[in-house]
Amino acid sequence: MRFSEINAHLFLFRVGIAGAGGLGSNCAVALARCGVGTLVISDFDVVEPANLNRQYYFINQVGILKSFALKENIAKINPDITVIAHPVKLNKLNIPEIYSGCDVIVEAFDSDDMKEMLIETVLTGMPEIPVIIGSGVAGWGNNEAIRYRKIDETLYVCGDETTEATDELPPLAPRVAIVANMQANTVIEILMNKNKPKNTYEIPIK
Amino acid sequence: MKFLLNKREEEFDKEILSVNEMLVLKKFSFRMRIIKINGVLVPKERYNSTMIHEGDDVSMIYLMSGG
Repeated sequence: MRFSEINAHLFLFRVGIAGAGGLGSNCAVALARCGVGTLVISDFDVVEPANLNRQYYFINQVGILKSFALKENIAKINPDITVIAHPVKLNKLNIPEIYSGCDVIVEAFDSDDMKEMLIETVLTGMPEIPVIIGSGVAGWGNNEAIRYRKIDETLYVCGDETTEATDELPPLAPRVAIVANMQANTVIEILMNKNKPKNTYEIPIK
Repeated sequence: MKFLLNKREEEFDKEILSVNEMLVLKKFSFRMRIIKINGVLVPKERYNSTMIHEGDDVSMIYLMSGG
Protein backbone atom coordinates (compact mmCIF):
# COMPACT_ATOMS: atom_id res chain seq x y z
CA MET A 1 0.00 0.00 0.00
CA ARG A 2 1.38 3.40 -0.99
CA PHE A 3 1.65 6.24 1.49
CA SER A 4 -0.91 8.28 -0.48
CA GLU A 5 -3.46 5.46 -0.04
CA ILE A 6 -2.69 5.07 3.66
CA ASN A 7 -2.97 8.81 4.10
CA ALA A 8 -6.32 8.96 2.26
CA HIS A 9 -7.72 6.15 4.43
CA LEU A 10 -6.52 7.62 7.73
CA PHE A 11 -7.88 11.03 6.76
CA LEU A 12 -11.43 9.74 7.30
CA PHE A 13 -10.95 9.05 10.99
CA ARG A 14 -11.13 10.96 14.25
CA VAL A 15 -8.83 10.16 17.17
CA GLY A 16 -9.17 11.49 20.71
CA ILE A 17 -6.09 12.28 22.76
CA ALA A 18 -6.60 12.76 26.50
CA GLY A 19 -3.68 14.81 27.82
CA ALA A 20 -1.09 16.74 25.81
CA GLY A 21 2.07 16.14 27.81
CA GLY A 22 4.91 13.81 26.87
CA LEU A 23 2.68 10.99 25.65
CA GLY A 24 -0.10 13.07 24.09
CA SER A 25 2.00 15.65 22.25
CA ASN A 26 4.35 13.08 20.70
CA CYS A 27 1.50 10.70 19.84
CA ALA A 28 -0.56 13.49 18.23
CA VAL A 29 2.37 14.59 16.07
CA ALA A 30 2.97 11.02 14.86
CA LEU A 31 -0.73 10.63 13.97
CA ALA A 32 -0.75 14.00 12.18
CA ARG A 33 2.30 13.00 10.12
CA CYS A 34 0.46 9.82 9.04
CA GLY A 35 -2.58 11.86 8.05
CA VAL A 36 -5.24 11.00 10.64
CA GLY A 37 -7.87 13.57 9.63
CA THR A 38 -9.20 14.84 12.94
CA LEU A 39 -7.51 14.95 16.33
CA VAL A 40 -9.46 15.89 19.46
CA ILE A 41 -6.92 17.04 22.03
CA SER A 42 -7.67 18.00 25.65
CA ASP A 43 -5.30 19.46 28.22
CA PHE A 44 -5.79 22.28 30.74
CA ASP A 45 -2.09 22.99 31.39
CA VAL A 46 0.19 25.60 29.89
CA VAL A 47 3.63 24.81 28.46
CA GLU A 48 6.34 25.14 31.10
CA PRO A 49 10.13 25.20 30.66
CA ALA A 50 10.40 21.82 32.47
CA ASN A 51 8.16 20.21 29.79
CA LEU A 52 10.64 20.84 26.99
CA ASN A 53 12.80 17.85 28.01
CA ARG A 54 10.24 15.48 26.45
CA GLN A 55 7.13 17.22 25.14
CA TYR A 56 6.55 18.44 21.59
CA TYR A 57 6.70 22.17 22.31
CA PHE A 58 9.13 25.01 21.76
CA ILE A 59 10.70 27.56 24.03
CA ASN A 60 8.66 30.42 22.54
CA GLN A 61 5.47 28.54 23.52
CA VAL A 62 6.13 28.67 27.26
CA GLY A 63 3.01 30.04 28.97
CA ILE A 64 0.62 29.04 26.15
CA LEU A 65 -2.12 26.44 26.73
CA LYS A 66 -0.78 23.06 25.58
CA SER A 67 -3.86 22.17 23.53
CA PHE A 68 -3.49 25.41 21.53
CA ALA A 69 0.31 25.12 21.26
CA LEU A 70 -0.02 21.57 19.92
CA LYS A 71 -2.66 22.64 17.40
CA GLU A 72 -0.21 25.30 16.21
CA ASN A 73 2.65 22.78 15.90
CA ILE A 74 0.52 20.25 14.02
CA ALA A 75 -0.59 22.99 11.60
CA LYS A 76 3.08 23.58 10.78
CA ILE A 77 3.62 19.87 10.07
CA ASN A 78 0.39 18.97 8.27
CA PRO A 79 -2.07 21.82 7.73
CA ASP A 80 -4.71 19.42 6.34
CA ILE A 81 -5.33 17.95 9.79
CA THR A 82 -8.24 19.33 11.82
CA VAL A 83 -7.28 19.74 15.47
CA ILE A 84 -10.13 20.30 17.91
CA ALA A 85 -8.46 21.69 21.04
CA HIS A 86 -10.18 21.59 24.43
CA PRO A 87 -8.27 23.52 27.12
CA VAL A 88 -10.25 21.86 29.92
CA LYS A 89 -9.66 19.42 32.73
CA LEU A 90 -11.32 16.15 31.79
CA ASN A 91 -13.82 14.53 34.12
CA LYS A 92 -16.53 11.86 34.05
CA LEU A 93 -19.07 14.32 32.68
CA ASN A 94 -17.16 16.03 29.89
CA ILE A 95 -15.31 12.97 28.56
CA PRO A 96 -18.41 11.57 26.78
CA GLU A 97 -19.23 15.03 25.37
CA ILE A 98 -15.72 15.63 24.06
CA TYR A 99 -14.80 12.16 22.83
CA SER A 100 -18.04 10.62 21.55
CA GLY A 101 -17.65 10.18 17.81
CA CYS A 102 -13.95 9.31 18.08
CA ASP A 103 -12.83 6.08 16.48
CA VAL A 104 -10.06 5.51 19.06
CA ILE A 105 -9.04 7.26 22.29
CA VAL A 106 -5.43 7.59 23.43
CA GLU A 107 -4.96 7.79 27.21
CA ALA A 108 -2.03 10.16 27.61
CA PHE A 109 -2.23 11.47 31.16
CA ASP A 110 0.61 11.90 33.59
CA SER A 111 -1.09 10.94 36.85
CA ASP A 112 -2.33 7.43 37.60
CA ASP A 113 -5.66 8.57 39.08
CA MET A 114 -6.52 10.54 35.92
CA LYS A 115 -5.59 7.47 33.85
CA GLU A 116 -7.95 5.34 35.94
CA MET A 117 -10.78 7.89 35.74
CA LEU A 118 -10.56 8.16 31.94
CA ILE A 119 -10.34 4.40 31.35
CA GLU A 120 -13.26 3.63 33.69
CA THR A 121 -15.35 6.38 32.12
CA VAL A 122 -14.75 5.18 28.56
CA LEU A 123 -15.11 1.47 29.35
CA THR A 124 -18.41 2.00 31.13
CA GLY A 125 -19.95 4.88 29.15
CA MET A 126 -18.49 4.45 25.64
CA PRO A 127 -17.54 0.76 25.58
CA GLU A 128 -17.41 0.53 21.78
CA ILE A 129 -14.44 2.93 21.48
CA PRO A 130 -10.97 1.33 21.81
CA VAL A 131 -8.66 2.91 24.41
CA ILE A 132 -4.88 2.83 24.16
CA ILE A 133 -3.28 3.21 27.58
CA GLY A 134 0.27 4.45 28.22
CA SER A 135 1.66 3.02 31.47
CA GLY A 136 5.28 2.91 32.65
CA VAL A 137 7.57 5.35 30.86
CA ALA A 138 9.90 6.74 33.54
CA GLY A 139 13.69 6.56 33.52
CA TRP A 140 16.06 5.45 30.81
CA GLY A 141 17.39 2.26 29.20
CA ASN A 142 15.55 -1.03 29.75
CA ASN A 143 14.34 -1.17 26.17
CA GLU A 144 13.42 -4.82 26.57
CA ALA A 145 10.91 -3.99 29.34
CA ILE A 146 8.77 -1.77 27.13
CA ARG A 147 5.92 -3.80 25.76
CA TYR A 148 2.52 -3.79 24.13
CA ARG A 149 -0.44 -5.85 25.28
CA LYS A 150 -3.80 -6.23 23.64
CA ILE A 151 -6.28 -7.05 26.41
CA ASP A 152 -9.24 -7.30 24.03
CA GLU A 153 -10.72 -5.48 21.03
CA THR A 154 -11.21 -2.26 23.01
CA LEU A 155 -8.29 -2.16 25.44
CA TYR A 156 -4.58 -1.94 24.71
CA VAL A 157 -1.61 -0.97 26.89
CA CYS A 158 1.84 0.31 25.91
CA GLY A 159 4.74 0.79 28.35
CA ASP A 160 6.66 -1.24 30.91
CA GLU A 161 3.74 -1.24 33.42
CA THR A 162 6.37 -1.09 36.17
CA THR A 163 8.20 2.21 36.49
CA GLU A 164 6.48 5.02 38.35
CA ALA A 165 7.66 8.55 37.58
CA THR A 166 9.13 10.31 40.65
CA ASP A 167 11.54 13.19 41.28
CA GLU A 168 14.34 10.59 41.40
CA LEU A 169 13.12 8.70 38.34
CA PRO A 170 11.71 11.32 35.98
CA PRO A 171 10.28 10.62 32.56
CA LEU A 172 12.87 11.35 29.85
CA ALA A 173 12.36 12.05 26.16
CA PRO A 174 13.42 8.68 24.68
CA ARG A 175 11.23 6.31 26.71
CA VAL A 176 8.25 8.70 26.70
CA ALA A 177 8.47 9.12 22.93
CA ILE A 178 8.89 5.35 22.43
CA VAL A 179 5.67 4.65 24.33
CA ALA A 180 3.85 7.60 22.68
CA ASN A 181 4.80 6.23 19.28
CA MET A 182 3.77 2.70 20.28
CA GLN A 183 0.37 4.16 21.15
CA ALA A 184 0.26 5.94 17.76
CA ASN A 185 1.32 2.73 16.03
CA THR A 186 -1.53 0.88 17.75
CA VAL A 187 -4.00 3.57 16.63
CA ILE A 188 -2.81 3.24 13.02
CA GLU A 189 -3.14 -0.54 13.18
CA ILE A 190 -6.72 -0.30 14.44
CA LEU A 191 -7.68 2.33 11.83
CA MET A 192 -6.04 0.50 8.94
CA ASN A 193 -8.19 -2.53 9.83
CA LYS A 194 -11.39 -0.47 9.83
CA ASN A 195 -13.28 -0.18 6.57
CA LYS A 196 -14.75 3.23 7.09
CA PRO A 197 -15.48 5.55 9.97
CA LYS A 198 -18.72 5.00 11.77
CA ASN A 199 -19.53 8.68 11.35
CA THR A 200 -18.77 10.82 8.35
CA TYR A 201 -17.26 14.20 8.91
CA GLU A 202 -16.96 17.12 6.57
CA ILE A 203 -13.70 16.81 4.74
CA PRO A 204 -12.01 20.17 4.16
CA ILE A 205 -11.63 21.06 0.51
CA LYS A 206 -7.98 21.48 -0.44
CA MET B 1 -9.98 -23.21 41.85
CA LYS B 2 -8.22 -22.26 38.66
CA PHE B 3 -8.58 -19.15 36.54
CA LEU B 4 -6.58 -17.16 34.02
CA LEU B 5 -4.77 -14.02 35.17
CA ASN B 6 -3.31 -12.12 32.22
CA LYS B 7 -3.51 -15.33 30.19
CA ARG B 8 -1.56 -17.37 32.77
CA GLU B 9 -3.21 -20.06 34.84
CA GLU B 10 -3.47 -19.36 38.58
CA GLU B 11 -4.46 -21.92 41.16
CA PHE B 12 -5.79 -21.16 44.65
CA ASP B 13 -6.87 -23.42 47.47
CA LYS B 14 -10.35 -21.86 47.58
CA GLU B 15 -13.70 -22.38 45.91
CA ILE B 16 -14.33 -18.73 45.20
CA LEU B 17 -12.28 -15.57 45.62
CA SER B 18 -13.11 -11.86 45.72
CA VAL B 19 -10.99 -9.53 43.60
CA ASN B 20 -9.59 -7.99 46.78
CA GLU B 21 -8.64 -11.40 48.22
CA MET B 22 -6.86 -12.26 44.99
CA LEU B 23 -4.88 -8.98 45.13
CA VAL B 24 -3.83 -9.72 48.72
CA LEU B 25 -2.91 -13.35 48.05
CA LYS B 26 -0.87 -12.33 44.99
CA LYS B 27 0.75 -9.49 47.00
CA PHE B 28 -0.07 -6.95 44.29
CA SER B 29 0.82 -3.61 45.79
CA PHE B 30 0.45 -1.08 42.98
CA ARG B 31 -1.99 1.67 43.83
CA MET B 32 -3.78 1.97 40.50
CA ARG B 33 -4.95 -0.75 38.22
CA ILE B 34 -7.67 -1.71 35.78
CA ILE B 35 -9.25 -5.13 36.17
CA LYS B 36 -11.56 -6.87 33.74
CA ILE B 37 -13.23 -10.22 34.35
CA ASN B 38 -14.37 -12.00 31.18
CA GLY B 39 -14.09 -8.69 29.35
CA VAL B 40 -16.16 -6.67 31.84
CA LEU B 41 -14.60 -3.85 33.85
CA VAL B 42 -14.63 -4.25 37.62
CA PRO B 43 -14.79 -0.75 39.16
CA LYS B 44 -12.47 -0.21 42.13
CA GLU B 45 -15.35 0.18 44.59
CA ARG B 46 -16.52 -3.34 43.71
CA TYR B 47 -13.24 -5.20 44.37
CA ASN B 48 -14.71 -6.55 47.62
CA SER B 49 -18.05 -7.64 46.26
CA THR B 50 -16.94 -9.02 42.89
CA MET B 51 -16.08 -12.71 42.88
CA ILE B 52 -13.69 -14.58 40.65
CA HIS B 53 -15.00 -18.01 39.67
CA GLU B 54 -13.44 -21.17 38.35
CA GLY B 55 -12.42 -20.70 34.73
CA ASP B 56 -12.73 -16.90 34.68
CA ASP B 57 -10.51 -14.86 32.40
CA VAL B 58 -9.07 -12.01 34.50
CA SER B 59 -7.07 -9.19 32.93
CA MET B 60 -5.13 -6.67 34.98
CA ILE B 61 -3.29 -3.56 33.85
CA TYR B 62 -1.03 -1.56 36.15
CA LEU B 63 -1.39 2.18 35.82
CA MET B 64 1.91 3.94 36.47
CA SER B 65 2.25 7.71 36.71
CA GLY B 66 4.40 9.41 34.11
CA GLY B 67 3.72 10.75 30.68
